[in-house]
Amino acid sequence: MSRFLSHALPILTVVALIVGLWYLAAIALNAPWARDQATRAGVDLSASELVADTWSQDKPKLPAPHQIATEIWETTAEKKITSKRSLVYHGWITLSATLLGFVFGAGFGILLAIGIVYNRAMDMSVMPWVIASQAIPILAIAPMIIVVLNAVGLSGLIPKAIISMYLSFFPVVVGMVKGLRSPDAMLIDQMRTYSASPAQTFWKLRFPSSVPYLFTSLKVAVAASLVGAIVGELPTGAVAGLGARLLAGSYYGQTIQIWSALISAAALAACLVGIVGLVERVVNKRMGFAR
Amino acid sequence: MKERPDVTKTPVIAARDLSLTFETNDGPVHALKDVTLDIEEGEFVSFIGPSGCGKTTFLRVIADLEQPTGGTITVNGQTPRQARLARAYGYVFQAAGLLPWRTIGRNIALPLEIIGLSKEEQAEKVAQVLDLVDLSGFDKKYPWQLSGGMQQRASIARALAFDADILLMDEPFGALDEIVRDHLNEQLLALWARTGKTIGFVTHSIPEAVYLSTKIVVMSPRPGRVTDVIESSLPKERPLDIRETPEFLEIAHRVREGLRAGHSYD
Repeated sequence: MSRFLSHALPILTVVALIVGLWYLAAIALNAPWARDQATRAGVDLSASELVADTWSQDKPKLPAPHQIATEIWETTAEKKITSKRSLVYHGWITLSATLLGFVFGAGFGILLAIGIVYNRAMDMSVMPWVIASQAIPILAIAPMIIVVLNAVGLSGLIPKAIISMYLSFFPVVVGMVKGLRSPDAMLIDQMRTYSASPAQTFWKLRFPSSVPYLFTSLKVAVAASLVGAIVGELPTGAVAGLGARLLAGSYYGQTIQIWSALISAAALAACLVGIVGLVERVVNKRMGFAR
Repeated sequence: MKERPDVTKTPVIAARDLSLTFETNDGPVHALKDVTLDIEEGEFVSFIGPSGCGKTTFLRVIADLEQPTGGTITVNGQTPRQARLARAYGYVFQAAGLLPWRTIGRNIALPLEIIGLSKEEQAEKVAQVLDLVDLSGFDKKYPWQLSGGMQQRASIARALAFDADILLMDEPFGALDEIVRDHLNEQLLALWARTGKTIGFVTHSIPEAVYLSTKIVVMSPRPGRVTDVIESSLPKERPLDIRETPEFLEIAHRVREGLRAGHSYD
């Protein structure tokens, strides 16, 4: 128990500090609106009334934490998950695009890395393009992808997954190129002394060597996948998904809705990274890396 | 147990005017120049010399890990490439090179897997060579659970696993402390006596070379060449304290003179 406390205490302290600052910031940012409304109504606000008002406005500049928590509770636990107002419904739509994009991105990234490591022409030519692809703002290219794919009859899940893949393949390529090249010259020579075929060298040496690098990049990639899926939902006209909630929220000034979608997205990302981390621990254990 | 060297036989390894030049930005580096050398079956040959003398390069040429730029070399009467594909040799590197995600047993089975032996044959071979290097019972351990000396023994076991007649060893005990080294030298001699393999052994330790070898090849750098070949007159049975006998010291002296003559320490 004391071990748990010694781990949890610093984290809880930081969380408490952030929440405290958040409440203070909410007062500062929402006070002008509260005063404005009071002046129009011709009433005087006491300090405590002012504070209470800044923490309970309908469309605050910065919603207070409890307002967001309430909103999340109402739109998850208290709504049917099939309802268009349910965050679980929107979350699942984003999650499905994220997972598909993540699988595409990881697969594409691994294949590209194998090409770069094994093919000299690809080694010389592909990497600059890979890096350039990430220098283009995703917000600029996402609508193009949607439009182009729509023209060939693809809409809904697939275009979002492709945008998600666009962001997530990059860390996988970089990590896997490094990972596949991580066995030193001596180990490569050693496989040569066994007259191992290229496929044997790949499966018995290069690929297992790259596993730690793979998981590090998968953790980055899965979070990037989620960002990609959300961005992919913005230009589609905000039909469904967490991205749609963000966009609809900003159309109507529903800051509480925006923040609850943001917090949900962050929590979802944390869960995804956590799951990858869990798989990593299981694999490490099975591969004998765990000491 | 195989037969001892027989002079009428063709040598296992025969190098004639072997040269290897690396082209570098600072001009050519003559790693090997006109090396002519025979290694007979069952011999224990040490290559000794300062760094840059080409001793490791020579071993790597035998193993088809480097391509000579001049001269000829045959291994079992074949080109090094044919010999490598026929799995004519086992190679022990400076570091143990055990794969951390495989147990000791599975590490030793790696070359056997690549050859395509059945699981039963693999298990049998692994048990056999683990016994040969005194590591029975460690097959389920991971490399990090073993000391450096044990790891190097496991790597020797792995090189022995597919039962090649030639064993090439590149400073296998270089990173180990002297006590472990003595012990492993003794074990290596016992193993050589039991298996009758032809061994090529690179070292920069004079006592190690003299203690182990039937033939000591002294090399010197710039260009890498053979300056002396010393046939050892020591008996086959070699307890560790043979290193204090006058005979031993005389050979060691001749090796040292050979190294000096090659201007290897200027």
